[in-house]
Amino acid sequence: MSIKVTKLNHIYDKGMPTEQAALVDISFEVNDGEIVGIIGHTGSGKSTLLQHLNGLLKATSGSIEIGGVDITQPGVSMVDIRKKVGLVFQYPEYQLFEVSVAKDVAYGPKNLGLTEEEIDERVREAISLVGLDYDKVADRSPFELSGGQKRAVAIAGVVAMKPEVLILDEPTAGLDPKTHKDVLGMIKEVHERTGNITILVSHNMGDIAEMADKVIVIDSGKLVTMGTPQEVFSKGELLKSVGLDLPPITEFCNEIGINDTVLSLDEAVGKIVDLIKE
Amino acid sequence: MIRDITLGQYYPGDSLIHKLDPRVKIIATLLFIIELFIVDNFIGFAICGAVLAAVIIVSKVPLSFIMRGLKPILFILFFTFALNIFMVKGEVIWSWGILHITKEGVRIAVFMAIRLVLLIIGSSMLTLATKPLSLTDGIERLLSPLARFGFPSHEIAMMMTIALRFIPTLLEETDKIMKAQQARGADFETGGLMKRAKALIPVLVPLFVSAFRIAQDLAMAMEARCYRGGDGRTRMHEMKLKKRDFIAFALEAIFLAIVIIEARMF
Ligand SMILES: Nc1ncnc2c1ncn2[C@@H]1O[C@H](COP(=O)(O)OP(=O)(O)OP(=O)(O)O)[C@@H](O)[C@H]1O
Ligand SMILES: [Mg+2]
Repeated sequence: MSIKVTKLNHIYDKGMPTEQAALVDISFEVNDGEIVGIIGHTGSGKSTLLQHLNGLLKATSGSIEIGGVDITQPGVSMVDIRKKVGLVFQYPEYQLFEVSVAKDVAYGPKNLGLTEEEIDERVREAISLVGLDYDKVADRSPFELSGGQKRAVAIAGVVAMKPEVLILDEPTAGLDPKTHKDVLGMIKEVHERTGNITILVSHNMGDIAEMADKVIVIDSGKLVTMGTPQEVFSKGELLKSVGLDLPPITEFCNEIGINDTVLSLDEAVGKIVDLIKE
Repeated sequence: MIRDITLGQYYPGDSLIHKLDPRVKIIATLLFIIELFIVDNFIGFAICGAVLAAVIIVSKVPLSFIMRGLKPILFILFFTFALNIFMVKGEVIWSWGILHITKEGVRIAVFMAIRLVLLIIGSSMLTLATKPLSLTDGIERLLSPLARFGFPSHEIAMMMTIALRFIPTLLEETDKIMKAQQARGADFETGGLMKRAKALIPVLVPLFVSAFRIAQDLAMAMEARCYRGGDGRTRMHEMKLKKRDFIAFALEAIFLAIVIIEARMF
């Protein structure tokens, strides 16, 4: 499974006075099993891009190949695409609607037309995969859970569809530090267990540095730069010019005169120890 | 998709029509609607159409934008047309089985269709060229004489303001929730009536939850800023009639007179 986006353009409200180009000639590729981080200033077009990847928005021009199928061509079944590509929206907990957690998570698999047993199995698996105790939460109303638990249930609702590509739009927005960590851990866990492609939008540079194999930077609908976290976060000036920042630990190491692009705490400790020894 | 609804939408601009006092525009629109019902021949409709066309041209709202607002009512239009053309009794000019078309029927059906189209376009010109807030301000001022008799004109205007303010928000919310459920495989487009109605549950439940959350937040925010109803409230923008408002009003009066005279003459 791989994704190839070529010269993707999207214009909102075409032909109206409010017409706006939200994506301009975006091209990139994602290989099997990668975690991709997308970063960009508010309003840069990240959510717009994500919604193209499972056919919720139609490209104004350009092509999107998923597993060799160009989904921008007419006649491609949207149901098949959504089976392959799962999208978790920003604040997904606002989409919960069922009377119980288990039923809510079952909504996606049910729409896929699976059998009762399969659905039940997937629901159990997904709920435990996102770190919840099935027996404790299955019959509770999703509306009486805590914020973090709601978010986990909402993510489970998409994970239960076993997408080969899992896309998450700011999955950690508005969470406290602990839940934030839990949600990231859970995304990693799902990635490791299923070997899917994971595409992740975040405003937290630290998270991206830690999680991603590949980072894509977007500004005003244009792809600014792309590469490994090492490559992208070595371009501090460029990132600042598009309203982004370096991860705090990278910034810190730059400040104290370590010129390598340090991305994690462990790495930083090693470098600082070296520095002191000198 | 759901954002395509233009009925009741505002089209930003700074034309003469946009600048007119909302009270003048509201009264003119009401008069226009009355005129449409006074008129009963083609010349009259032509006059109304010409006046409306002039207003549209001056307002600089593109015709394509206005026409888009007509799409949702095409069905109603077609339905009234069919009903009139077949139901009105009179001199039969065509019949097939139990269906008869009469001369009077054709006349009434055509007039009714023209009337409806002019009515919708005319009243959407009001909302297209008036900011929702000035619109409700205007309504409040027009209703304010009734406040003396205990009519809650401020409260009604406030309710309308809030409703208008939140229509786009709720549409956006609906769009978002629909997309989110589509991402989970929901299908709103195929299947029979029952299946489609059922498919809406996953949209409606979160939408209601959102609406209540928004309402609660808004109530809290208003209270935090000491909102306590309309008594003794002053306004930031006092409405004052200008020369152009009087001219617009005079033109409207002349238009009304012409329509009445024309209807009497023929
Ligand atoms: N449904 C829409 N209709 C019209 N314009 C839109 C719509 N959705 C987004 N836009 C515009 O497109 C641009 C990109 O929006 P998008 O939501 O993709 O940004 P984003 O990068 O996800 O921002 P954020 O970080 O705030 O979520 C913005 O300028 C926005 O105003
Ligand atoms: Mg976004």
